[in-house]
Amino acid sequence: MTNDPHGPQKFIWKYILSTDHKMIAKQYLLTGLVMALVGAFTAYLMRWQLGYPNTNAPGWGLVTPDKFNMLVTMHGTIMVFFVGMPLLVAALSNFVIPLQIGARDMAFPRLNMLSYWIFVLSCVALLASFFVPGGAPAGGWTGYPPLSASEQYTGVHWGMVLWITALALEFASFTMGGINYLATFMCLRVPGMTYFRVPMATWFLIGASLAFFFSVGPLIAGAVMLLLDNVAGTGFYIPAQGGEPLLWQHLFWFFGHPEVYVIFLPAVGCVLEILPVFSRKPIFGYRAIVWSMGAALALSYIVWAHHMFISGMNPRLATPFSITTILISVPFAVIIFCMLASLRQGSIRLDTPMLWGLGFLATFLIGGLTGIFLGSASADIYLHDTYFVVAHFHYTFFPSVFFGGFAGIYFWYPKLFGRRYNETLGKIHFWMTFIFFNATFWPIFRVGAGGMLRRIADPTQYRILDQFKEMNSMISVAAFILILGQVPFVWNFFWSMFRGPAADANPWRAGTLEWLAPSPPPHGNWGPGLPTVYVGPYEYSRPDMADDFVPQYRPVGVLGGPAGQA
Amino acid sequence: MDGAAHSDSAQMPTAHFTAKLAIWWLIGSEIMIFGGLIGSFILFRLARPQWAEMAHHLSVPIGSFNTLILLTSSYTMVRAFVSSGRRDRTATCWNLLVTALLGLTFLCVKGYEYAGKFSHGYYPNAGLFWAFYFTMTGLHALHVLIGIIAILILFVFGLRDRLWPIASRVEFTGLYWHFVDVVWIFLFPLLYLTS
Ligand code: HEM
Ligand SMILES: [Cu+2]
Repeated sequence: MTNDPHGPQKFIWKYILSTDHKMIAKQYLLTGLVMALVGAFTAYLMRWQLGYPNTNAPGWGLVTPDKFNMLVTMHGTIMVFFVGMPLLVAALSNFVIPLQIGARDMAFPRLNMLSYWIFVLSCVALLASFFVPGGAPAGGWTGYPPLSASEQYTGVHWGMVLWITALALEFASFTMGGINYLATFMCLRVPGMTYFRVPMATWFLIGASLAFFFSVGPLIAGAVMLLLDNVAGTGFYIPAQGGEPLLWQHLFWFFGHPEVYVIFLPAVGCVLEILPVFSRKPIFGYRAIVWSMGAALALSYIVWAHHMFISGMNPRLATPFSITTILISVPFAVIIFCMLASLRQGSIRLDTPMLWGLGFLATFLIGGLTGIFLGSASADIYLHDTYFVVAHFHYTFFPSVFFGGFAGIYFWYPKLFGRRYNETLGKIHFWMTFIFFNATFWPIFRVGAGGMLRRIADPTQYRILDQFKEMNSMISVAAFILILGQVPFVWNFFWSMFRGPAADANPWRAGTLEWLAPSPPPHGNWGPGLPTVYVGPYEYSRPDMADDFVPQYRPVGVLGGPAGQA
Repeated sequence: MDGAAHSDSAQMPTAHFTAKLAIWWLIGSEIMIFGGLIGSFILFRLARPQWAEMAHHLSVPIGSFNTLILLTSSYTMVRAFVSSGRRDRTATCWNLLVTALLGLTFLCVKGYEYAGKFSHGYYPNAGLFWAFYFTMTGLHALHVLIGIIAILILFVFGLRDRLWPIASRVEFTGLYWHFVDVVWIFLFPLLYLTS
C-alpha cells in the first residue's frame, strides 16, 4: 500500500488521499468547519433582514424575498447535513471509534477515503447551486413539494436539481461510512472489550449510525421521485398530475426525526465521555443509558408524523403520534438524569471541555422540554410554523452540534494534534457562545409564541408583529455577537495546532483506550502489539485503589487491589 | 493494516466475516430504499382501484418469462458459488458467464417492454401509474446492471486464474444478486398481476 508507515510520505498520500482514520477525521472536521462559516454567513444575512428589514446588509446588499428563501433553505441544509453530519457523525466516528475500541484503523480504510471524497463532491454540488442560473434552491431545508417539485413555484430549476444531487451524494457517503463504522465496531474490538465495556462515545456514535442507516432508505426513494418530478415530468408530488405532496412529508420525516438523533446522539456521547473524567466519578447507570439509547432509537422510527399535525394528513393519526412523541421523552429523561447523577458529589473541574458539556446539558434541556409542548397535537396547532419551532430546534440542534461538538473537539484536541489548546481562549469562547446563544434564541420563543411565522422575509408586512420590532433587532445583534464569538475558537484552533505546548498521552487522566496511544497517535495507533482490556471505561475514584483511576488497559490485580468486576 | 497486525488480531473475527457483515448492512440499506418505494406504491395503489386498467397494459407472459430468467440466474449464481468453494475454475467461470448472460437477457426483455410502452405513448410522465412503473422497474434494472458488471469482473478474474484470492467475492456478489432477484419477486406481482 501507498501508506507506508515508515518512509517519508508524499504530501498527497499523507494529507489528501490518506486512508488513515485519524487523517480522514481531520479532513471531515476541517470541511465541516468551513461549511459552518458558509452557514454562519447565511444566518447573518437572514438576521440582518429580520432585524433591519429592507436595508442593505453590509458586505452583501439588499436581501430580497427570493434571496431570503434561498438563504433559509441553504442555511438549514448546510447546518444539518454539511456541518452537523461531518462534524458529529463522520469526524468523531472516524477519530473516536477505532481508538476507543483498540483498532488500528477502520475495517475498510479505502472505502473510508472514498466516502470522504464523495462527501466533498456533495459539498461542491451544494455550493455550486449559488452560482447556477435561477440561483440556489428555495424550497426550504425540508424540500417540501410542490415548491420543490416544479420550477414554476420558486423559479429555481438547476438549484433544486443540485440540491437533490448533493443530498444523494451525501447519503451515499454516509451509508458507506455507516457500514464502515458498524463493521469496525462489531469486528475490531480488542480482546476484553466486551459490548458493555465500550465507552459511551462509541456507543452513541454507533447509535447515530444505526439511526441514519435504517431511516435514510425511504428518503432516497423519495428523492429519486422528487428528481424525476423535476427533470422527467412525472407528478409524484404534484396535485395537478394526481400526485400527493404529503407523500414527501412522510418520507422526509420518517428520515427526519431519526436524523435529528443522528446529530443529537454523538453530542450526548461526547458529554457522557467528559462528565466522568472531569468529576472523577464513574458514570451513573451505564447500562441504563445504553438501553435507553436503544429504546429511543426504536421509538424514533414511529414519531415522524409529529411534524405533520396540521399538514392535512388524517387527523386520527395525531393522537398515536402524540403518544409516541411523549413516550420518547422517557428514555431521554433517563439519560439526562443519569448525567446529573454522575455529577453528584464529584470533584468537578471546570476545564473547557467540561464547561461545554455542562452548557450542553443546560441548553439542551430547554430544547427537549419545549419539544414536549410541540409534541402534543393541540398545542402544536397553534405553534406550528412559528418561530417557537425555530427556537425549539435551535435549542436542540445548536447544543448538539456546537456545545456537544466543541466539547468533543476541546476534549480530544490534545489527541488530535498532539498539542494543548489555550484554556483562557477556550473559556472566553465558551462564555461568548453560551451567553449570546441564549440571548439570541430565548427571545425567539417569545416572538414565536406571539405569532411570528417562520420563513417570512419581511416581518414589517404584518401589523401584529410591530410589537416585536425592537426585539427582532436585539435578537439580530445577539446573533452577530454569537458569530463573532467564534473568532477566539478559530484562532485557538489553528494557532495551537502549530504553537501550542506539546501534550502528553493522557493529559486529562482518563481511562479509555485512546489515551493510551501517543498524542497524536501514529499510523496503526498502537505500535507492535494491541492493548488488552481488563475493566470498564469509567473506573474513577475506586475506594480500593490508591490511584484515582484505573485505565481500561490495566489488569486490576497487578495493582494489589482485588480484580474488579467489569 | 500492515504485516505486524496479523498476529495480534488472532482472536478477532476474520476479514471474510467482516466483509460479509458489510454486505449484509448494504443489503439492509437497500431493503429500506426499495421498501420506501414499494410501500409508497402500495399506498397509492390501494387508494386508486382505477389503476387496474393500466396494469392491464403490462404483459403477464413477458413478465413471467423475465421472472423465470432471473430465478434461473440465481440458480446458476449458486452453482458458481459452490464451484468456487471446490476451486473448480472452469465450472465457476461458466456459471458466472451464464448468470451474467441471463441478467443481460432480463435487461433486453425489459428494454423491449419499455419500447412497446413508449410506442403507445406511455412515458413516465403519462400519469402516476406509469411514473411508478418506470421508477420501480428502472431502479431495479439499474441494480441488475450493477450486478452484471460485478459478475463480469469476477469472470475476467477467473479467466486469468486470479479468482482464488478473491473467491469470497463470488459469495458476496451472489448475496447481492439474490437480493436483486427478491426485489423483482415483489415488483412483478405488484405491477403485473394486480389488474
Ligand atoms: C423530547 C424530545 C423532543 C420532542 C418531544 C420534539 C418534538 C418536536 C415536534 C413536535 C416538532 C414539530 C413542531 C412543528 O413543526 O410544529 C419538532 C420540530 C423539530 N425538532 Fe424536535 N423534539 C424533540 C427533540 C429534538 C431533538 C433532540 C432535535 C435535534 C437534535 C430536534 C430537532 C427538531 C427540528 C430540527 C425540528 C423542526 C424541523 C422543521 O420543521 O424544520 N428535536 N420537534
Ligand atoms: Cu421529530
